Amino acid sequence: MTANSQRIEHKHVAEISSTRKIATGIVEILIGLLIFFVFAAKTTGEVLTKFVMTPGGIDQGKMADWILPSKITLIVLAVLSLVIGIYQLIKGFGKWTNLMVGICALCLIFGFLVWQAAGKQLNLAGMLSSAVLLAVPLTLGAFSGILAERSGIVNISIEGMMLMSSMVAAIVGSVTKSPWLGLLGGIASSVILALILGVLSIKYKVVQTISGTVINIFSAGMTAFISQKFLQHIEGLNNPKLFTRIPLPGLADIPLLGPILFNQNIFVYLMFVILIVLQLALFQTRWGLRLRSVGEHPKAADTLGINVIRTRYMGVILSGLVAGIAGAFFTLGSVGRFDEGMTAGKGFIGLAAMIFGNWMPIGAIGAGMLFGFADAIGSKLSLLGSAIPPQFMAMAPYLITMIVLAGFIGKGQAPAAEGEPYEKE
Amino acid sequence: MSEEKKDLGQEILKEINKGPLKTENKKPFLGKAAIPLLAIITGLIIGALMIAITSQSVYAAFGESIGKGFSTAFAEIGTAYKALFSGAIGDPIRMIEAVRLGDAKEIRQAFNPFLESLVQATPYIFAGLAVALGFRSGLFNIGVEGQLFIGAACATFAGYAVTGLPAWIHMPLAFLAGALGGALWGFVPGILKAKTGGHEVINTIMMNWIAFRLTEWLLSGPMTRPGSGGMPLSPIIQKTAEIPQFFQSPIRFHLGFFIALAVAYLIWWLLFKTTWGLNLRTVGTNPRAARYAGLSTTRSIVVAMSLSGALAGMAGAVQVLAVNRSMALGLSSGYGYDSIALALIGNNHPVGVVLASLLFGTLRNGATRMMVVSSIPIDIVDVIQAIILMFVAAPAIIRSVYHLRKPKQEEQQLFLSGWGGQS
Repeated sequence: MTANSQRIEHKHVAEISSTRKIATGIVEILIGLLIFFVFAAKTTGEVLTKFVMTPGGIDQGKMADWILPSKITLIVLAVLSLVIGIYQLIKGFGKWTNLMVGICALCLIFGFLVWQAAGKQLNLAGMLSSAVLLAVPLTLGAFSGILAERSGIVNISIEGMMLMSSMVAAIVGSVTKSPWLGLLGGIASSVILALILGVLSIKYKVVQTISGTVINIFSAGMTAFISQKFLQHIEGLNNPKLFTRIPLPGLADIPLLGPILFNQNIFVYLMFVILIVLQLALFQTRWGLRLRSVGEHPKAADTLGINVIRTRYMGVILSGLVAGIAGAFFTLGSVGRFDEGMTAGKGFIGLAAMIFGNWMPIGAIGAGMLFGFADAIGSKLSLLGSAIPPQFMAMAPYLITMIVLAGFIGKGQAPAAEGEPYEKE
Repeated sequence: MSEEKKDLGQEILKEINKGPLKTENKKPFLGKAAIPLLAIITGLIIGALMIAITSQSVYAAFGESIGKGFSTAFAEIGTAYKALFSGAIGDPIRMIEAVRLGDAKEIRQAFNPFLESLVQATPYIFAGLAVALGFRSGLFNIGVEGQLFIGAACATFAGYAVTGLPAWIHMPLAFLAGALGGALWGFVPGILKAKTGGHEVINTIMMNWIAFRLTEWLLSGPMTRPGSGGMPLSPIIQKTAEIPQFFQSPIRFHLGFFIALAVAYLIWWLLFKTTWGLNLRTVGTNPRAARYAGLSTTRSIVVAMSLSGALAGMAGAVQVLAVNRSMALGLSSGYGYDSIALALIGNNHPVGVVLASLLFGTLRNGATRMMVVSSIPIDIVDVIQAIILMFVAAPAIIRSVYHLRKPKQEEQQLFLSGWGGQS
């Protein structure tokens, strides 16, 4: 059994082609040059950048502020990127290529922050903390996508499921005065939508992207309808109790990491729990092997006695469950009330995170964090009075996804049988 | 590729397409329209149930007696749907009276609801054609909404920034600028699909969101109206760029409706009367046969996506140039997404798309009145549309509900590739 799962995994480790090797090297050098000639050149010599390392309003796990000489820091980052890029061009990093691209991207982001905050102060820890929170719906959305797509069902209705769940969670949470019941209600509504998606795509063999569109239009219309008809007039239906911060004993006192990761609400912890469970279940268990085999080669799976239809229903319903948690986050973990269209395309960014993360839970959380961070930077920049419009930062996840999909950062491996209805012969 | 080989390819194509094309023509119209019609009726019935279920007075009446409950429910539905009808078509008695009296102003006003429905239908025709053209060539263009926004932004810019042109040049120029902007937004996912295999569904969704952010920035930055105080709003377009309205305000019926019909005719001609259209449809329904016949799927994907984008861009352009006369973020009430449903209802045929657009335009226009009379949120239209889309996409459900017989011939299925990259 383990031998089999190993083999499927190995397929994902693609060879690095020579054009890609050169292209990544050039990109890395360009990042280095950008940091040097734009960021560093525009910063005067003696200016300092001050990073506050404790999020506001938290008194556990305090850490001293970082004070960096802006220009020197930028030059170091530029040189690091240049060295990586030149080595990549000459010798290549082989299987570490993507990691090195990631390091250069971090240099770029960090350099950008140092430049923008030169002579000012920036609460870096607060930004990271809000990035984690912003990453929750994206990452959970990506997990939802992985569950469905690994079983061979394309789910573009994560957005719709999240939207419906956020509304139902708000209503149930308000009526019962219990965020837990609200969460359950949200999940239930999302699972029902997932079931409809499953019936349309599996039983009636509707083109899966169309069944997803049905759910998306339905959810957008239904939530707006109920919101205008009831929620806006009856205040008692739309003021759920929020899940509060739960500092994890011991862990919350770790400087920097404590406040960012271990002093958050239940959704952040759920995200990590699902990450671990999903990563293990998909690649270390019989259940995961079966799910993946149905998504890769349903006919072969069927021949081996796996019930393809039932496995796919399971994948879709679990996908709905996770999307339900993601949706409840908006009303019960973040805002505290339902507003029309409040998911604002986050479900689609989750889909993007799934692709960027190459249909792997661990990759998805990485992508989700990155996109969440881009979001956090965007909102911080306008506060710093930056010349860069926040809308451009908001475009980043979409652009990155298109670049990934086009294979510029290494081609992703989608489940092979994805999108095809299964017909037993 | 040699001439001879190409000719052989065309022969094979004709052979392939002969069979199904003929039988399709023989199918009686009602047979073809039965599923969409029943889907629409079912959608409206479910809408009616929603009205009854969410009405507090119905619950109050049921508390008194069951009979009273039912009669109240029917009365509520009746008032709502009557408002929907009169808001969409007009009050028949008033219309007849106006024609009998021969008062020109009264006639115009009595017929205004109907004319307004045509105004609402116009962007749907363009957007529906965009989606239908994509489906015909095997592409799911879910990015019509984004292409529409970019098209509208381009048309707006050409509409206010260019000055000193006569109307007969300026108006077409602005309209074409919109088409061009949309085409560009469709070209990108097209070329990505053709060259790298990146799936158009994901790429067009991503392009949608990029378009929303981009127009938001444009309208609050470079293209903002002076004195709008940072509100995302464009300047008003020049008089010369306006697509003319036929009557005085408040009647908004405009030339764009006829442009839409002409474009629909053009698309029909392209798809069904030219070799290019035949090739496109073959790539859409049977890509393997198309490759066998030596057709370039790459070119057909790029051209189809660009043209689809251009049509979507026209939808945005017509809204700006003929109706709004400036651009704001509330430009579209989801035309791009609704058009997916209406393209499928119209069986991806230009005539079907025009009919479905008229229906959707009527529904949306009528729903505005229904909102005023019965305070039913206009979003009920979205729910009804989603249900119609579901039934059209899964005809088996409709057939089992209404006990229809299964068609002898397997229905022609949409061919869309999974996004694993292989097709």
